[in-house]
Amino acid sequence: MNRAAFARAEARWFWLLAAAGAAVVLAGLLAAHFMEEHGHVVTGMDNQVVWGMPHVFAIFMIVAASGVLNVASIGSVFGQAVYKARAPLSGLLCLALLAGGLFVLMLDLGRPERMVVAATHYNFKSVFAWNVFLYSGMFAIVAVYLWTLMEPRLGAWSKPAGLAAFAWRIVLTTGTGAIFAFLVARQAYGSALLPPLFIVMSFAWGLAVFLVVQSAMYVWNGRELPAPVARRMRNLLGVFIVAVLYLTAVYHLTNLYFAKQVAFVRFILVDGGVYPLLFWGGYVVVGSLLPLVLIYHPRFGRPRSMLAASLLVVAGAFALLYVFIVGGQAWPLDIFPGYRTTSSFGDGRVAAYAPSVPEVLLGLGGLGVAFLITVIGVRVLHFLPQDDLRPAAEAGKP
Amino acid sequence: MSAAGPSQGAKGAPSGGSAAASAASVGAHRPKHVDHARRQILAWGAAMAGVAIAPGITLFDLAHGRPPAEPASRTKRWGMLVDVNRCDPDCNACVTACDREHGLPAAKTATSAQWIRKVELTDMRGRKQSLPVMCQHCAEPPCVDVCPTGASFKRADGIVLVDRHTCIGCRYCMMACPYKARSFVHEPVTGQRPDVPRGKGCVESCTLCVHRIDRDQLPACVEACAAAGHKAILFGDLNDPASEIAQRIAAVATRQLRADLNLGTGVRYAGI
Repeated sequence: MNRAAFARAEARWFWLLAAAGAAVVLAGLLAAHFMEEHGHVVTGMDNQVVWGMPHVFAIFMIVAASGVLNVASIGSVFGQAVYKARAPLSGLLCLALLAGGLFVLMLDLGRPERMVVAATHYNFKSVFAWNVFLYSGMFAIVAVYLWTLMEPRLGAWSKPAGLAAFAWRIVLTTGTGAIFAFLVARQAYGSALLPPLFIVMSFAWGLAVFLVVQSAMYVWNGRELPAPVARRMRNLLGVFIVAVLYLTAVYHLTNLYFAKQVAFVRFILVDGGVYPLLFWGGYVVVGSLLPLVLIYHPRFGRPRSMLAASLLVVAGAFALLYVFIVGGQAWPLDIFPGYRTTSSFGDGRVAAYAPSVPEVLLGLGGLGVAFLITVIGVRVLHFLPQDDLRPAAEAGKP
Repeated sequence: MSAAGPSQGAKGAPSGGSAAASAASVGAHRPKHVDHARRQILAWGAAMAGVAIAPGITLFDLAHGRPPAEPASRTKRWGMLVDVNRCDPDCNACVTACDREHGLPAAKTATSAQWIRKVELTDMRGRKQSLPVMCQHCAEPPCVDVCPTGASFKRADGIVLVDRHTCIGCRYCMMACPYKARSFVHEPVTGQRPDVPRGKGCVESCTLCVHRIDRDQLPACVEACAAAGHKAILFGDLNDPASEIAQRIAAVATRQLRADLNLGTGVRYAGI
């Protein structure tokens, strides 16, 4: 294909992908409008499970947004050239995922039209209010960081900007974990282990998203990721997967150690129906062990298996978040320890939750926002990693 | 004057008499210059205005046991004491009274608002008890701590409320409440009561019948429980040592729900 024909085909594909992304966003907006019109009664959420599928999507995107920036941080803060070449793409994905997550979070509000209230009334004791600043600050810092990366005259500033972005993203993920860590009422939450767990989860999920997008971009441009780069990134993903497994195990083991938590852990891990199934099958096997096999088994290791491993990590992330968020609320509050309780309000009873179509569409709409921003970003600016332009001998160094 | 003379003569002071009487009569005649038709109109107007305003004044007086300009007092801490031994497991009067008072739906589903509910407890020996659970009006309310906009707030007199105008419906307070005391309005609201504005997409909970307290009335559940003959719920000022509730709490063993969280609940229970 000659250059002009390639450009025409590329333009066609771009518009097709952009239209597909916009259609998903539109579906999300229509779903949000439907929920706004009829109230949350059209969702699967109720007074026991107050956060549902939209929050699974939103928290995945917000956690992955901070994690995907790690690629840039490793380049700018820790001076790794392979990662520095990927810093602009990492920054773009961070902004895209953050926008997607906030899209879902805002449109799921009972009163989404009151965003101006949320922006003008702050209770500084609330970790949610802190997060409003952390999210908007993240947009600003990453935008400046991207500017320093893409404007050669500002190159000297990319390191301090990268350092600021790195520090900010760690605080942001701490804040996201603290949303749950500060909840003393529910047995699934209220643990100081949650912020570090969220940080490690962000490392794995962010890198997985990055690898998926990077793979797609290389395929799009008919290029192949240099083998040493692929090996390093694959191994890093493996380390992050193991780290999440480890901290998740510690979280459940500490819960298991407290007698008052045993029934809850049993529910989540053994006899809670869909939750143990998603935890063991979805998160542990599909989202962790299989990717580890794809990464470390000598029979695999091709670009396609790295892409598969990354997609499985993302699927496992959704499974783990579903168990954590929905399962954590489905378990009844222990208001009267030592008593069996019943009431008209679900006391003493495991809550049933089934996500409805509108809330799933809203969540997908958030992914659509992230996708659309990414597609437009890589089209209008240069985000494709450029290490393939370096001399082959240098690129070949491990 | 002359034109007014005969009629004044007819209705005024007696004619004739001394000069002094005449002078007095002249003086007495001055008010008689008023137009009686006009006076009558004014009198009727005043009467009608009185009729129109009086009920308003009366209502205003009723509605504002505490004048509106006067803030809730920090010296008070409103609370309740639930005597579980007096609570009849088959009685739901407090719940129905609350529903009626606040225009809440009678149907109880997972998505309907339930500001107060009867919880049945069964201990390890099989002994059953029944008690009402509502917002515990904590001194350190987690719902207030976590609310991003400050819509959840605690009044000076200890009543925990939600500002309908600044609640964005994020439901974080529902995640934070250890008592499952809050409800999210999942559907459009019908049959609202003037005293209790509600709205789809906002979170709400027991207000301790703040509109009644401010008129020096008892909360609806307390009144209904007494009317049903149980008197299981005692309402009063926890800060006033002379109040019945403070004296009862001093005299009998009471407990706060989830006392381990150290939230300083305004609702106490005896007999659990």
